[in-house]
Amino acid sequence: MSVRVNKEKCIGCGKCTDVCPGNLFELSEGKAHMCYPKDCWGCVSCVKECPVGAIEFFLGADVGGNGSIMTVKEEPGVLHWRIEKPDHTVTEINIDRSSSNQY
Amino acid sequence: MAEILFNNKNIQLEIKEIYTDVLILGGGTAGCYAALTIARNSGLRVLIAEKADIRRSGCLAAGVNALNAYITKGHVPEDYVDYATKDAAGIVRRDLLLTAAEEFNEVTRDLEELGLVILKDENGEYVARGNRNIKINGENIKPLLADAVKKHEQIDVLNHVNITELLVDNNRVYGAVGFSVRDQVAYVLYAPKVIVATGGAAGLYKPNNPGFSRHKMWYPPFNTGAGYAMGIEKGAEMTTFEMRFIALRCKDTIAPTGTLAQGVGAKQINSKGDIYETKYGITTSERVYGTVCENVEGRGPCYLKTTGITREQSDDLLKAYLNMAPSQTLKWIESGKLPNEQDVEIEGTEPYIVGGHTASGYWVDTDRQTTISGLYAAGDVAGGCPQKYVTGALAEGKIAALSILKSFSENEPGDNISEDELRQKVETQAKQVISDYEHILETDKAAYSVEELEEAMQKVMDEYAGGIATNYRYNEKQLAIAGDKIGQLIHLSEQLKADSMHDLLFVYELKERLVVCKSVIAHLEGRKETRWHAFNENLDYPDEDPAYYGYVNSRMENGEIKIIFRPLISGEHYDHAEASLE
Repeated sequence: MSVRVNKEKCIGCGKCTDVCPGNLFELSEGKAHMCYPKDCWGCVSCVKECPVGAIEFFLGADVGGNGSIMTVKEEPGVLHWRIEKPDHTVTEINIDRSSSNQY
Repeated sequence: MAEILFNNKNIQLEIKEIYTDVLILGGGTAGCYAALTIARNSGLRVLIAEKADIRRSGCLAAGVNALNAYITKGHVPEDYVDYATKDAAGIVRRDLLLTAAEEFNEVTRDLEELGLVILKDENGEYVARGNRNIKINGENIKPLLADAVKKHEQIDVLNHVNITELLVDNNRVYGAVGFSVRDQVAYVLYAPKVIVATGGAAGLYKPNNPGFSRHKMWYPPFNTGAGYAMGIEKGAEMTTFEMRFIALRCKDTIAPTGTLAQGVGAKQINSKGDIYETKYGITTSERVYGTVCENVEGRGPCYLKTTGITREQSDDLLKAYLNMAPSQTLKWIESGKLPNEQDVEIEGTEPYIVGGHTASGYWVDTDRQTTISGLYAAGDVAGGCPQKYVTGALAEGKIAALSILKSFSENEPGDNISEDELRQKVETQAKQVISDYEHILETDKAAYSVEELEEAMQKVMDEYAGGIATNYRYNEKQLAIAGDKIGQLIHLSEQLKADSMHDLLFVYELKERLVVCKSVIAHLEGRKETRWHAFNENLDYPDEDPAYYGYVNSRMENGEIKIIFRPLISGEHYDHAEASLE
């Protein structure tokens, strides 16, 4: 359970370094680095905060991960969640932020 | 790898001193709400010191799935008090539960005004989930609170500053000392009133997944018991650390189970398909205990039965989990089987110390003042008030803040350390703490790393103090071994080194956990009965004993934890001055 930074997409804005509740990111040479992948809680705050979708969330193999990655794009009113499996099939779930959990 | 900041090993941290009226340690739910309450009701200056960023710090970084403490239609706050009292087998402070419960609905209304989405029916009433819960979209609860805080100019926020020590003289608090986790800066923060709201403690015991996903815990791994440790070391009285909290969670992802149990009515079943929850009882600890027993007796693994729910319910669950524990949704989709197509395996987590769920924490009066004068506690760090959850943390932040305002109106705030002699004593204390930071940063060689000592600590707690390895059970001989070994580790932790400010954070997090471990062991030894299965499963005393129908409290004296037994408090108001020792 952790996140990794897609260095090609990262623009080095530093938002993830600010928002991570564990202070686990550092910026160097204009890119964000996840310095302590084993210390990630999996809260995905950074994934939501990243303006360019450069942070990918995944499950470690030790907790049943199967190689898929999850990203989210934040828009006013909507969160677009995207899960891509290793075979490139994609599942998208859009959450209307003004609607409540049904459970 | 962390950047090595210090090649030159003569470290002198820049010192920043700040004076404020109310200092709040920890900008989570309770801390932010305490700050808001003070700003809305007075012109006092408030300073929040937060080790991460208040936008996404504390327990609610990922969001929260429901408000679990709400007085639903047809109920009164006393009903909640009765429920929580029963769930904790009587060991609660009814004055704290009642004053919190009386605020639940008010703080909920306020959250809605701040922008929290709450599910309503066609009449505009909140939709209840069970007797005490309401349904929300809590994904953005922390950003909402942080935005509200930022609107008040009188509140200053120090993000990325980790506090490690309270400034206390003659049992009165004068402020706190900490350091930036990024820059070579130490902070000395002075205030006549301090609210500690640093949360509970995770990472004391070996976690479910000790390898790559070691921080995939129920409770935030960044809540390291700092507030407990700071108080313990200054002689604050603590209560009920032996009532550990073990969460029953979805296996691997450690995602919440309440949404399945209460939301879609999923029952706990064993591998034979039998519903076992009715056999062991349905209190919070019994649900964990039943699952442990079924596994021990060869009927594991255990599940929440979600097969048979509708496809629509299944899709709603995928969304609900995205709003609080996205890993569970990822797991369902990755596996190719949705909740209606496979049952969800469940397991107990490692034990945590957390006053929002059980009753562990500072021993406070009804105003939430600790036994250290001027120091208040709110949220998970405050004891005696289990099942307070999010609304209870807000309520306690509000109660502590209002108590402080009342106390200010009765005595002029002023600068309470104007006296020269006192000022000098407090300044000397602060200097000593900063020189300790510098010493750790200057140290070249250490026998062990923080990571190695953390692993050792978690192993000791796991094997000798009732962790997952022993199905949460322990006996007195094991506890004695745990005590010795934690003592050795505390000694070793005095020789750690740090190569960066971030490393220094790791050093202090470990030290805090070790102090909490020491206290937990003393409390487990103190309660010579089994009051709550799994939470305190004492194999030498496997039954409940009426002689222990009271509080096991503690105070550190000369480096040792002294246990104090106190009789149950049943009145509606408690003042430390009334305290009588049994």
